[in-house]
Amino acid sequence: MAKSNISSIICGIIFSIGLGISGMTQPQKVIGFLDVFGEWNPSLAFVMGGAVLSYLALQLLIQRNFSIPVLGGSFQIPTRKDLDRSLIIGALLFGSGWGLGGYCPGPAITSLGSGSLNALLFVVAMGVGMLLADRVISPMLAYEVVKS
Amino acid sequence: MTEFEVLMPLTGGILIGIAASMMLLFSGKIAGVSGIFGGMLFQQGRERAWQLSFISGLIVGGILIYIMNEELFENSSGRGLLAVTVAGLLVGIGTRVGGGCTSGHGVCGIGRLSGRSLVATITFVFAGMVIVSLVQSFFH
Repeated sequence: MAKSNISSIICGIIFSIGLGISGMTQPQKVIGFLDVFGEWNPSLAFVMGGAVLSYLALQLLIQRNFSIPVLGGSFQIPTRKDLDRSLIIGALLFGSGWGLGGYCPGPAITSLGSGSLNALLFVVAMGVGMLLADRVISPMLAYEVVKS
Repeated sequence: MTEFEVLMPLTGGILIGIAASMMLLFSGKIAGVSGIFGGMLFQQGRERAWQLSFISGLIVGGILIYIMNEELFENSSGRGLLAVTVAGLLVGIGTRVGGGCTSGHGVCGIGRLSGRSLVATITFVFAGMVIVSLVQSFFH
């Protein structure tokens, strides 16, 4: 097995342990965080805070000290700066699903490890949704832009 | 009602940040889970191997923490099978159309000070808050 695959597995394991410890794999906590007009529980803001700040510091260090990744290849960093309606429409749909189910992609896939039927249904539906997006919705959004 | 906590969310968050940074350091990749999952399912080519590895790692990690403490997977949200299925569809469509989820936009994007990711994150958190308020008021 290639080194990059072993490294990806290890990163995935640490990532999911982080998700589990943080509370993100418990949908009621996610819903509690989003329930600002009800019984709001801001705890999960610390997940985002801890993750963003540690990544911000570490990625700066990495970018300054490494011209290529340790295992070779190149850094694949998104460069787009424009705001388009796909970004907004996509985020609105994603957020709606996140609030409805209490799962986002990482915690749902991690929860497959617990044998949760809810998580399994969510992940299968997510795959179907992605297929729909690729085949139907993204082409539609692109077409409308060309037309207008 | 859930308890207010600081230490566990913060520790978990830092671990997520470290894992995402390791992904960048070793392979030069952005640790966006929806992008990795979608790529693994629908894109051909050499990228698939590391994508499949990362997703397998998430599941292996899930099994490990389930063995250590199954309470980490407690689900008392009351959201039924139909709700999570519709939710999964929306999340699949939304992350694919919007180019990312909580990890790709929320952690890695904001961590790189990307304006696009900041706008996306504010938008999906806002949408989540609206939907949760609607669902909660419907049921109470």
